[in-house]
Amino acid sequence: MAEYKYTPADFKSDQIVKWCPGCGDHAILNAVQRAMPEVADALDIPHNKFTFVSGIGCSSRFIYYMKTFGFHTIHGRAAAIATGIKVANPDLSVWVCTGDGDSLAIGGNHFIHAIRRNIDLNMILFNNEIYGLTKGQYSPTTKLGKITKTSPAGTVEKPFNPGELVIGAKGTFFARTIDAEVMLTKDCLVAAAKHKGMAVVEALVNCVIFNDKTHAAFAGDKATRTKNTITLRHGEKMLFGEGNAKGLVLENMQLKAVTVGEDGYTIDDILTHDAHCVDTTLHSMLAAMKHPDLPVAIGVIRDVKDEQVYDVKVAEQVEQLKASAKLHSVDDLLNSGETWMIE
Amino acid sequence: MENFNAKEVKDVVIRFSGDSGDGMQLTGTLFSNTSALIGNGISTFPDYPAEIRAPQGTVAGVSGFQVHIGSGNVTNPGDYCDALIAMNPAALKANRKWLKPDATVIIDGDTLTEDNVKKAGFETLDPIAELGLEGYNVVIPDITTMTKAALADMGLDNKTVVKCKNMFALGICFYIFNQSEDYAKRYIDSKFAKKNPAVAEANKLAIDAGYNYAANTHQFANTYKVAAAPLQKGKYRSINGNVATAWGFIAAAEKAGLPLFCGSYPITPATVILEELAKHKELGVKTVQAEDEIAGICTSIGAAFAGNFAVTTTSGPGLSLKSEALGLAVMAELPLVVVDVQRGGPSTGLPTKTEQSDLMQALYGRNGECPVVVIAASSPSDCFHYAYMASKIAMEHMTPVVLLTDGFIANGSEPWRIPTMADYPSICPPIVEEAPAEGEFMPYARGENLARGWAFPGKEGLEHRIGGLEKDHIKGSISYDPANHQEMTKTRAAKVAKVVEVIPDLEVMGAADADVLVVGWGGTKGHLQSAVSDMQAEGKSIAHLHLNYLNPLPHNTEDMLKGHKRIVICELNEGQLASYLRQNFQDIRFEQYNKVEGQPFTVVELKEKFNSLL
Ligand SMILES: Cc1ncc(C[n+]2csc(CCOP(=O)(O)OP(=O)(O)O)c2C)c(N)n1
Ligand code: SF4
Ligand SMILES: [Mg+2]
Repeated sequence: MAEYKYTPADFKSDQIVKWCPGCGDHAILNAVQRAMPEVADALDIPHNKFTFVSGIGCSSRFIYYMKTFGFHTIHGRAAAIATGIKVANPDLSVWVCTGDGDSLAIGGNHFIHAIRRNIDLNMILFNNEIYGLTKGQYSPTTKLGKITKTSPAGTVEKPFNPGELVIGAKGTFFARTIDAEVMLTKDCLVAAAKHKGMAVVEALVNCVIFNDKTHAAFAGDKATRTKNTITLRHGEKMLFGEGNAKGLVLENMQLKAVTVGEDGYTIDDILTHDAHCVDTTLHSMLAAMKHPDLPVAIGVIRDVKDEQVYDVKVAEQVEQLKASAKLHSVDDLLNSGETWMIE
Repeated sequence: MENFNAKEVKDVVIRFSGDSGDGMQLTGTLFSNTSALIGNGISTFPDYPAEIRAPQGTVAGVSGFQVHIGSGNVTNPGDYCDALIAMNPAALKANRKWLKPDATVIIDGDTLTEDNVKKAGFETLDPIAELGLEGYNVVIPDITTMTKAALADMGLDNKTVVKCKNMFALGICFYIFNQSEDYAKRYIDSKFAKKNPAVAEANKLAIDAGYNYAANTHQFANTYKVAAAPLQKGKYRSINGNVATAWGFIAAAEKAGLPLFCGSYPITPATVILEELAKHKELGVKTVQAEDEIAGICTSIGAAFAGNFAVTTTSGPGLSLKSEALGLAVMAELPLVVVDVQRGGPSTGLPTKTEQSDLMQALYGRNGECPVVVIAASSPSDCFHYAYMASKIAMEHMTPVVLLTDGFIANGSEPWRIPTMADYPSICPPIVEEAPAEGEFMPYARGENLARGWAFPGKEGLEHRIGGLEKDHIKGSISYDPANHQEMTKTRAAKVAKVVEVIPDLEVMGAADADVLVVGWGGTKGHLQSAVSDMQAEGKSIAHLHLNYLNPLPHNTEDMLKGHKRIVICELNEGQLASYLRQNFQDIRFEQYNKVEGQPFTVVELKEKFNSLL
């Protein structure tokens, strides 16, 4: 453990934050600036190694507000650009900020492939279920039937659940948080940083202007969240609700919310969260839980160790091949193979 | 086995042709490497179908390899051939139009069955008559039968034996062109002797059998000899354009002292560059085979931001996909080389055929005022040089560079005098080593050549943010100020224009006041040079000007274009350089000679055109 003793202020740039008042993105910025000092100390990463990369969207403006290295790129491509950065210099702590449109529509291809490769990036996916910057068109996470500017009669396409997508793409880390839960967000970010490999943190954020209250049914105020979400912690029972009275059990291959002590369910029946479990079945089910049928899962849902980390493997191959190489320079290369002399 | 009746000739063009599975590329390569070893000037070109294994025996499935060897400066693989080796009737049919009037035609007699002749699309059962080959020196050895007979005692299965028939044909060629079998045999040993000694032995025997057959039969009364070319002394190797391009990048990275990064997505005819780079991790090369071309360029942009020397490689359709990201690299002012190995377009077009129709895309194919440096290589081996120079310019001027090559020079190969890296110019990118003593680092502050500083993430005190939004001309922060956008637009253009100060002036081949000036760019150089020098030797008033640096154009371009009665711009497109030069030099009259058949120009057609202008 290093002792840089940074403060959130060390990560605040001089730019005026221009998101709408009340936009959920503010809270994520707050949480990130609190998480960075902790990450720096926990992983011995000096300030100058933090690099933030984003695509295009309201949320992608994020990088301008961080006093770190930053690259605001083009729509959908942040994951690909970050991949290049990380492979070029694996020493950097690379953070990707992206919206639901940015990463799941135009950037869907890069999203799944970055996850599949398990490159050591930390991605914050700002999911407001809408295109904010372009003023309110539906996105790949917008609820079915939602009326937006481009779906005046309601959408006729089903949304993605990012968690299912991450796990389906062989993701090794997935966490979900809610804008208002700043401390949970911070904890998820620190856990993401500690995870070696691709880490996706889905932040459910509220777009007050174009999709207000989209998450409110379960994420609205503290009491609603207590009732309708479950905070998963590795090694702990899956309990939620007022006084942790409720819990999750697995019955007939399905998750079910029960009240401890009712209908014959005891605390022993309640599942214990194992974020490190390689098998994806339960993690997928947890990520897929939907209000109002089940509580929405927040916290670190999946955090699995996997040696196959892309940037590490690329660097290893280079080092191994350098060590056993016959060619050591371009002159060697030019003179390799079949050559002949003209006298 | 010296043949004393050999006739000395200046140059010969030989075309090896057969089914895609007949091993014609290897046969041609062995023949040309053998010629290289005796010091001939050489140029080769493979011509293969887009399908990996098109239906056997059909014209669509024919794969060819042309070799041009000469005792002088050989600048192109030749258009029409002196000898055609056809392994089946389809190969004969496909190449009929490329025969010189007195050419020798060798076709495997065993393949002239009713079935094969029909499959090749002949209307009669006499392909020789149908193609009007009576006047030619047609030889019809039963290559398959003789190969089988020669290898009868080896105890090999029929399939392996029949596979050796290309080596029998090679043996025939060695006899006709008075070449030694040594190199081919050594090659076979190095490839097969360890893994499969019987196969190695069989292949070598087949070469001998072919050679002996040719020596014993009277059908090859005339044999030919091509003297060594007066090549510059030194150590040579054979190289194709794609490998040369890859090596040019590795060389530039080494010179700049930076790791090389290539993010790319496979596409014909550019894939070999990525494959070649992937082979050289031992020299510090990192390759990412991305999920698409967009990710290819984006990973490279990320790597450039992070302080690697980054390139991305593709062909026309891929360049289309990369255009938005290329704009980001322009805006972010990061060094990047984008290679476009041009092929026939539009859309999927003619993937394995050559064309020069991406010039406009390279110059202008992006949104906004978005200038990049555009450079074109003009021969297989000079791909090394231009890849190196593209890299140097990209890094020293902090700008993307588009390097255009094409399917013809990418796949073609020629002997190359091996350069020494010590002779190559240094590459000194404006890397920012430390934070300013006072105040904040200004990412868009510029040096004399207008390049901004390259500050790698990870360096203390240099934390800064860049991106695709217009930015303040010094601080790099977002700026919507109208005057700033005007200034930045002009500055980005001026930065690219300033590259003119480091590129060489043009030189005309021929008289500065020749009546006709032939202008070309990129991969057509060899053919244009051949046609013009032939005509100059005939006393015609003609000169040749060839462009490699297309944006910016060299200082003296206008001067070089002046003083001629007629200027003809020759391109394998519908007139893209012509439009560009007209736009730049509005007082000069340009004529055009264009072709989009997916094939290089032929020297014959060029001369015909040029003669009509004189
Ligand atoms: C190539 C391209 N296509 C379209 C756009 C327009 N555009 C900008 S942001 C955006 C959607 C943003 O939505 P999201 O990623 O969810 O981010 P949010 O604004 O909601 O945070 C779109 C369509 C663009 N900038 N570039
Ligand atoms: S439009 Fe919505 S997402 Fe964008 S800043 Fe405003 S509230 Fe936030
Ligand atoms: Mg959104």
